Amino acid sequence: MIPGGFGTGKTVSEQTLAKWADTQIVVYIGCGERGNEMTDVLTEFPTLADPRTKQPLIHRTILIANTSNMPVAAREASIYTGITMAEYYRDMGYDVALMADSTSRWGEALREVSGRLEEMPGEEGYPAYLATRLAAFYERAGRVVCLGSNERIGSITIVGAVSPPGGDFSEPITQNTLRVAGTFWALDTSLAYRRHFPAVNWIKSYSLYLDSIKDWFKDNVSHDWRELRDKTMFLLQKEVELQEIVQLVGPDALPEGEKAILEMTRIIREDFLQQSAFDENDSFCPLEKQYWMLKVILTFNDAVTRAVGKGGSLKQMLNLPVKAEIARMKEQDDVEAIKNLIGEIDRSFESLEAEV
Amino acid sequence: MTSRALFTKEYKTINYVSGPLIFAENVKGVSFGETVKITLPTGEERTGQVLDISQELAVIQVFEGTSGIDNLDTRVRFTGEPPKVNVSFDMLGRVFDGVGNARDGGPNIISEESVDITGMPINPYARDKPTDFIQTGMSAIDGLNTLVRGQKLPIFSGSGLPANRLAAQIARQAKVLGAEESFAVVFAAMGITFKEASFFMNDFERTGALARVVFFMNLADDPTIERVATPRCALSVAEYLAYVHNLHVLVILTDMTNYCEALREISTAREEVPGRRGYPGYMYTDLASIYERAGRIKGKKGSITQIPILTMPDDDITHPVPDLTGYITEGQIVLNRDLYRRGVDPPIDALPCLSRLMNLGIGPDKTREDHRNVADQLYASYAYGRDLRRLVAIVGEEALTELDKKYLEFADEFEGRFISQGDEDRDIETSLGISWDLLSMLPEEELKRIRLDYIQKYHPIHKER
Repeated sequence: MIPGGFGTGKTVSEQTLAKWADTQIVVYIGCGERGNEMTDVLTEFPTLADPRTKQPLIHRTILIANTSNMPVAAREASIYTGITMAEYYRDMGYDVALMADSTSRWGEALREVSGRLEEMPGEEGYPAYLATRLAAFYERAGRVVCLGSNERIGSITIVGAVSPPGGDFSEPITQNTLRVAGTFWALDTSLAYRRHFPAVNWIKSYSLYLDSIKDWFKDNVSHDWRELRDKTMFLLQKEVELQEIVQLVGPDALPEGEKAILEMTRIIREDFLQQSAFDENDSFCPLEKQYWMLKVILTFNDAVTRAVGKGGSLKQMLNLPVKAEIARMKEQDDVEAIKNLIGEIDRSFESLEAEV
Repeated sequence: MTSRALFTKEYKTINYVSGPLIFAENVKGVSFGETVKITLPTGEERTGQVLDISQELAVIQVFEGTSGIDNLDTRVRFTGEPPKVNVSFDMLGRVFDGVGNARDGGPNIISEESVDITGMPINPYARDKPTDFIQTGMSAIDGLNTLVRGQKLPIFSGSGLPANRLAAQIARQAKVLGAEESFAVVFAAMGITFKEASFFMNDFERTGALARVVFFMNLADDPTIERVATPRCALSVAEYLAYVHNLHVLVILTDMTNYCEALREISTAREEVPGRRGYPGYMYTDLASIYERAGRIKGKKGSITQIPILTMPDDDITHPVPDLTGYITEGQIVLNRDLYRRGVDPPIDALPCLSRLMNLGIGPDKTREDHRNVADQLYASYAYGRDLRRLVAIVGEEALTELDKKYLEFADEFEGRFISQGDEDRDIETSLGISWDLLSMLPEEELKRIRLDYIQKYHPIHKER
């Protein structure tokens, strides 16, 4: 699920996923959203090519449009229509990705209809059966062995956007969805304000599938992927703690080693986590490139930590030309060039040491 | 043609009046949403709309208020038609009340057509993609949150902040580059004071735009319920001008907070289950039925661009009215009280502002190739500078590094030179020029959001060489 206040990039995230998803079929449900956005998808998708089949993207996409000014009853139905279509393709043995933008509008439609039926309201006026309905919808996702002859395996992946009123995650739809969803990408208003997109808050977000895909990453990407990921998370978590101290005493009061951590996490944030959905090279970052980008950044981190430990000057290290090159990795579409940076980091630190 | 009965029935069966609603008993053959004429004992005629029907009762909301309606002699007549507004090209330059009657002392218009005020949802497939860049002459909008034709971009204001001046300035300066096309402004006032309304009128008069403006006035002392119909009437006229007479229409709706309060008043009178802060649960849908009427339609020349203005109660952006609006509209322009006090004019707080359609309206051929990158860079650097301000308040400026001091200075200059512009009408080149001047205050390697070749091409240092 992707919850976030307005302007945090739910729709762009969903649309980007719809573009790049590694599935044969995409069902995109515009549930109570903007008409112009639907038109945007309608006009843009025929011009984009499916990364694998090279066919126009629209050929594998089903669009269900219930814009916000269309009847409420149809809005309630749109989610079911979409998931039923997805199941139809799943039963043929396809992998289907379903984007629901936004499930909050669906929940509100339930509330409105329930109110008109004069049912006893539950929390915030939502019907008492909201949790059941949400669970029943999300549980329709999954990987199945289809019945019947010639063996087929199909799957449905649901990515649901949630629009919590006032960006407050304690409201019923977010909370009830959290209970059934396996992955939580919390979009953060303050990140969006500084145009850090995708505005996924790395501290709050989580995925329950980390362990189940561990082996896949080992086989397909690299054996040390998980280590890199854990180390990055450790650094980012450390940053939050250090930021609190900085708020109290200012950055100058920190020891050199901790200042280095702050600088390194800044690189992780700006040069790795940040991605532009509108840049050709940056919009889709292949796993291999992701891996090497992270590897380069962490190699730099290790080198800096070592050098600082030996009493080197942090300022000097940050002025190394290789740092600017790390920042430009995103624009690079040649993975070899990124790999080469590792050697370059080693060389520049050696020469730095030689100077001292 | 639908067949219509040759006789009309009138009912004198009102048994209950509650706030803006009246309840009529034993009515037959009434349809949902139809218009109702109510004749008071004094002979005065009022208009209403059917909100609810059951076996015995029909609930009617009365647009002009319910005072004076009694349960003895007041007569109710069902017209069998949905609420309509008469439209005509001649409405330009005229002033109407909230439901479309002449208010300027002139005669009622001779209608070319009578249209249903609720309008119809536009099929996304029939919509045309908004792509025309509108130059508003405001750096904070053109540079950072570009407005395009067919967009709905609200202004989130607070009480006492100059949202009206900003809206009037946009209406005055807005133009599509390289095109001389006929435009019109439809102005819907909902519950604003006479002073505010006359400010707009004077401003349009001063700039000579008055003849191209249709005014719908529901002022603060006019009946509340009329307010629910006002934006819909205004938009029906706008649609007619745009899609029949091929005009590019700018619709200004002010103040949406008053509209939502009228909605709440009706909801409460109907004894509905309230949602957040007492506003009805269907407010999102209701607001959407107004905002979604902006746009362009394939095969039609005209367009509707909306600029709704709303007041955030207590400057709270999470209040239901701005919150739901933000979920429907394609971005928002947010005004900030601190900036206003510091003399930034217009006091646009860039950080929470957004224009979702910006990417469609900018880039080579429309504005300039580096536009997106520059806007992102300004945002990132300004946000960082603002964070530093908080830090400085605690630890003092001495504790900052050299680089951070530069960012701090950048944030001040950004507000002073880029956002603040007074009455100046800046073209997009000027706005981008100022942006590059400001960005050159920072070290070049800090400009991570800008592609290297653009830096080479536009950075003042490289330009001089």
